[in-house]
Amino acid sequence: MLKVLKPGFFTTVQDNGRFGYRDKGVPVSGAMDMGSVSRVNTLLENDSNAAVLEITMTGPTLLFESNTYIALAGAWLSPTLNNEPIYNYKVYKVEKGDILSYGKLEKGFRSYLAVKNGFKSDTVLGSKSQYFPITETKCISELQEIDFDETTSFKPKISELKMDTYLDFNFLEVEKGPEYDMLGDNQLVELFSKEFTVSKENNRMAYQMNEKILGHEKTILTSATQPGTVQFTPAGRLIVLMKDGQTTGGYPRILQLTEEAICVLAQKRSTDSVTFTLV
Amino acid sequence: MKKFPITFKNFGKSSILVEWPNEVKEEILTDIIRFKAILKTELNTDFELVPAYNSLAIIDNTKSVNLSKLESKLFSLYTKQTSIEKHKRTLWKLPVCYDSEFGIDLEEVAQNLKITTSDLIKMHTSHQYTVYGIGFLPGFMYLGGLPKKMETKRRSTPRLNVEKGAVGLAGEQTGVYPQESPGGWNIIGNCPIPMFNVKSKEPCFVSVGDKIKFEPITRAEYELHKIQGEVGIYKPEKTFLDA
Repeated sequence: MLKVLKPGFFTTVQDNGRFGYRDKGVPVSGAMDMGSVSRVNTLLENDSNAAVLEITMTGPTLLFESNTYIALAGAWLSPTLNNEPIYNYKVYKVEKGDILSYGKLEKGFRSYLAVKNGFKSDTVLGSKSQYFPITETKCISELQEIDFDETTSFKPKISELKMDTYLDFNFLEVEKGPEYDMLGDNQLVELFSKEFTVSKENNRMAYQMNEKILGHEKTILTSATQPGTVQFTPAGRLIVLMKDGQTTGGYPRILQLTEEAICVLAQKRSTDSVTFTLV
Repeated sequence: MKKFPITFKNFGKSSILVEWPNEVKEEILTDIIRFKAILKTELNTDFELVPAYNSLAIIDNTKSVNLSKLESKLFSLYTKQTSIEKHKRTLWKLPVCYDSEFGIDLEEVAQNLKITTSDLIKMHTSHQYTVYGIGFLPGFMYLGGLPKKMETKRRSTPRLNVEKGAVGLAGEQTGVYPQESPGGWNIIGNCPIPMFNVKSKEPCFVSVGDKIKFEPITRAEYELHKIQGEVGIYKPEKTFLDA
């Protein structure tokens, strides 16, 4: 068991996502930065769909009530284990009574905590990813206990991975979206030369950009959207749908972020800037 | 069976978007549903298929399929005559209580449309609506087929909280809020049946392509259906229609 002493700003349980219900309007959810998550699950030799905690901006304080092994990834939130600093992409043994807490956000926006064999919260429609009201709660709360299987001995094949640099990336690799061809020369120049800053409206559903490009009057019939779809409003605003994003939408879809670009954007917060690069 | 000039577009590395002509038309939707049924049986990979109005997204969650190779196969499956020629459509009857306690905008809408509230209820319950899409929220249906006479403006200020089950009118659309949500539709009643229930084996009984008819119920019936819905024993009434 893991006991939540303080939940942090917004901490959720996430796995790869909830697949198979998009035609019923259920977002896929899952970890925003899957790249980080698959690295820590690999380190712990977990199932690739093992559930982790996604920690946003401000970290929780967590008490381990059984022995296990952990690994951290993603944003750099100055974590400590019993007040001793620990680092990302490295396997640590933790014992009953140990306390994991977080300090200052130094880099990135979303940090991940994985335990050996993953967290064992309820599976709803094939996934442990928290998304209200598909799951009963939208995030973890104070004094909640989150279950995992105790592990007393584990010899990792690899005990450490190199830190990666994508937290510093400020370009998003994109492919053409279904309505890309509606864009005129002026819009294309703006789209691929401008720096866009992340607006205050950013969360697990979508990231809006502050800067606009030349607007349009095109309407489309409501049609499927995906995580990473860039919607283009008539006023010229760009909205990047993320993991909890709606499954259909009525705005033209001009770009589609690659899987890697979704991870890069997931680590940005308001006022951070990005550019789009067509691949 | 009429065939349409369909097009294929890449939609990211692991998805293809199939598009029909840009129109809201029953026969286009029927063709999409027919093609979806063919893909379900003919493709050996378990794709996620998301239909709406004039499109069908084919999404490969395993991210392992070579989509450029798949395109020609999709086209031949579309053009080939197959045994799934006649698709049976489901008509669902959804109970709605139009009591003023639920239909908080019923009077106002009736006034704007210059009809009585009972005429408004009669009109709303006498038509069959087509489910052109499900999205926005889990179990939220995009319904087409509202009579022109019932078209009404959205509320100028959206409400912060619209109740779960609220039945609304806005523009040329009508529908049911599957969960509590902010919303700008005019609320004329409430449907006690959960449109999305995670505890149910089939969490959302309605599929794109189905038809919906609303049935007026009394307050007492509402309470009964609400309890039946909560404990999971309410079976929405369905009939099959030939497409």
